[in-house]
Amino acid sequence: MMLRIKRVPTVVSNFQKEEAEEDSRHAGGCGRNCFRNCCLPGAKLPMYTFKNVNKIEGEKKSVVSENKEHPVAFLDSLLLGEWEDRMQRGLFRYDVTACETKVIPGQYGFIAQLNEGRHLKKRPTEFRVDKVLQPFDENKFNFTKVGQEEVLFQFEPSTDNEVKFFPNAPIDIENSPSVVAINVSPIEYGHVLLIPRILECLPQRIDRESFLLALYMAAEAGNPYFRLGYNSLGAFATINHLHFQAYYLAVQFPIEKAPTRKITTTSGGVKICDILNYPVRGLVFEGGNTLEELSNVISDSCICLQDNNIPYNVLIADSGKRIFLLPQCYAEKQALGEVSSELLDTQVNPAVWEISGHMVLKRKEDYEEASEENAWRLLAEVSLSEERLHEVKDLLFEAISCSMEEDKGVTQNILEESDVSPQSLEDVDALKGSHPAIMSV
Amino acid sequence: MESQLGLIEQSFDLRYSGWVREALNELPDSFTITDPCISGHPIVFVSNGFLKIFGYSKDEVIGRNGRVFQGPETDRRSVMEIREAIREERAIQISLLNYRKDGTPFWMLFHMCPVFSKEDGRVINFVGVQVPIPKRPRHSGHTAVNSCENGAQLYKGAFRCCRREVCSDTVVELGRASALDSVSNPDDGEVGINDPCEARELEKRKANAAASNILSILTRYSELSGKLVCGKCCSVSGMGLLGSSLNISLGRIKQSFVLSDPHLPDMPIVYASDMFLELTGYARHEVLGHNCRFLSGLDTDPATQYQIKEYIRTEQPCTVRILNYRKDKTPFWNLLHISPVRNATGKVAYFVGVQIDDSCKNQEENGLSPHRRQLGVVGAVKVAVRSLSMGASTS
Repeated sequence: MMLRIKRVPTVVSNFQKEEAEEDSRHAGGCGRNCFRNCCLPGAKLPMYTFKNVNKIEGEKKSVVSENKEHPVAFLDSLLLGEWEDRMQRGLFRYDVTACETKVIPGQYGFIAQLNEGRHLKKRPTEFRVDKVLQPFDENKFNFTKVGQEEVLFQFEPSTDNEVKFFPNAPIDIENSPSVVAINVSPIEYGHVLLIPRILECLPQRIDRESFLLALYMAAEAGNPYFRLGYNSLGAFATINHLHFQAYYLAVQFPIEKAPTRKITTTSGGVKICDILNYPVRGLVFEGGNTLEELSNVISDSCICLQDNNIPYNVLIADSGKRIFLLPQCYAEKQALGEVSSELLDTQVNPAVWEISGHMVLKRKEDYEEASEENAWRLLAEVSLSEERLHEVKDLLFEAISCSMEEDKGVTQNILEESDVSPQSLEDVDALKGSHPAIMSV
Repeated sequence: MESQLGLIEQSFDLRYSGWVREALNELPDSFTITDPCISGHPIVFVSNGFLKIFGYSKDEVIGRNGRVFQGPETDRRSVMEIREAIREERAIQISLLNYRKDGTPFWMLFHMCPVFSKEDGRVINFVGVQVPIPKRPRHSGHTAVNSCENGAQLYKGAFRCCRREVCSDTVVELGRASALDSVSNPDDGEVGINDPCEARELEKRKANAAASNILSILTRYSELSGKLVCGKCCSVSGMGLLGSSLNISLGRIKQSFVLSDPHLPDMPIVYASDMFLELTGYARHEVLGHNCRFLSGLDTDPATQYQIKEYIRTEQPCTVRILNYRKDKTPFWNLLHISPVRNATGKVAYFVGVQIDDSCKNQEENGLSPHRRQLGVVGAVKVAVRSLSMGASTS
């Protein structure tokens, strides 16, 4: 039995139409200035290339050379400027800054927004929610079908280790660039989509390269209030074409305030913690000797979840220095009829932003009556149980230590709970450095 | 950079008089004083006690932001808490891992508190006191990582000790203790908060005392200049001036722009960036509270002025080219972009005006056209105003 739910999906592009219509249009030429072969050759877009030198943080930092003032970073400025430009050109379905928003009083400060225009009023479509990995389907909407005016710039690693900006760079069709596009139904100001290697039409699934790209974007923007998010299929991704979302909101997200408890630190210096006192259970990753170390531990974790058909969301916060990984089960519960109608009526689909504590509400009464208890109750339905999370963590830690073995190519002492013995005490001295070891819980 | 350093020291001396530095340095404690009104929120005073502990010279510290003393193992959540305390203009006391000049990390109790202007209730300074937390073996109920002399961290979740020798014994004793058991210990106060090196009462008292002494000195010396300060927010300005959180956010935008408040009579300027002051030659106090028409003069086209008024009335963004005059009466063509800015209620709260000197307009900075740069400012202002008006404690 295939699990499905009915949903009114959010329109993210001005060219997103009914799937049925798409089929008939696809055959002919286009004239819509889209991102496919009919319109792309010869097209140009601004390009931002970032420095992809791994920052070696373990070494002594030269503090004096640090940029003194921390002004608005260039990428930040570029993104905001391009977004405001599209705003003034009328490309968005509504002005999100005209939507009322507030922080709900309470311990955590959940954020509520009244947005009646976000979800398109059309007949609901059916989404399959029981498979995290599904093959890319050309016939469904994907980002090559957006108009070029919705794409803000190309985002690529630089070839010569310098940050560069090209106002008018050709689009290399052979080596598909990664691009940043607007979301025409924005949740907040600056809501964009990061689409890795757009022309390769990758399905919605994380791989090491794409996740690293997302982390670089967060780091380049250098703004702790510019966060990236990812929803797997089955965790309320709307489009099966690999993408991350991002937007600006200069307040703390509730999930960022939750206390954490360290589980372990990998040999690459990545600290992994449990999230405590929060309705949704999950893991937090920070640190890492390099950005790449941090990225790989997380993407390997995501791949493990994908391979085990566990839907999940990822929040990249603190300019790429803190990442939250949240396995969830809400869609499955919904399909099995296990969610109360009261919660279903709010039509809040708990994707990464909602789980992080930012709720967009469609009905005025939901907005007026929004409370920390309501938010907590909804999110508690999303979370995996303690036992289930424990199982998932076992899977993850096994996957991570396996990958690290492959990476390092060095014999490791992996301290399992059952293997603690006086012998391994010698490793205590050498934990950081030559004897990489990981303690599993 | 020299001129900025000079400005920084000057503004501090102006408020408290030149004698305050001597008085502050009579205190043995490690502390810094920052100024949120200067963009970048830099340190404007650093005590000798601080320089001794951290190993820096004065010139390496003045003008820097406090974050430069953090490092790769500084807990991110703690950094976030400090950032939010600054935004909300309140005091905070928190254990934090800092790094000395030679790269060695150490734990300290960080105590920060705001200093308010008695005149208009704005936050003038933040005082930050650092009390080092000495290393000691732990005996009960703290979690996870502890730092040792050279900052090397032990990764055994279950074992809560600080020194390797002690640790090995404990390992044998505890054997296969599961990390979960050792960690969830409700009697130890805040469960699970990743705070391995907690300050004792001694450190907290030291911090409170130091902060109190510093505040007394600042209060006393502020009387000399007549620009009184106090430790509590004692007055609320009726001018609609922006709170320090919005000030800090806007201060990061390195372009010429102003914010005007359409809800106040004659729509006065409530914020002016440093670069606006540079462009026009005016000082901040000459500009705040006035309508921007003072920039126009004899040869300014009244039709353009009328156009601006119309766009503002209809809450539409616009770009115009208007002849403006600096304080020294020299004219310049101003490529002015104006846009309405809404706050969290969804309604227009301010208008932002971004100025570009037309004679410089062909300078593309980093490949971004001047118009794009103006729009970048509008975006940054919109995010700041919307976000910072969302909570209960708004300015």
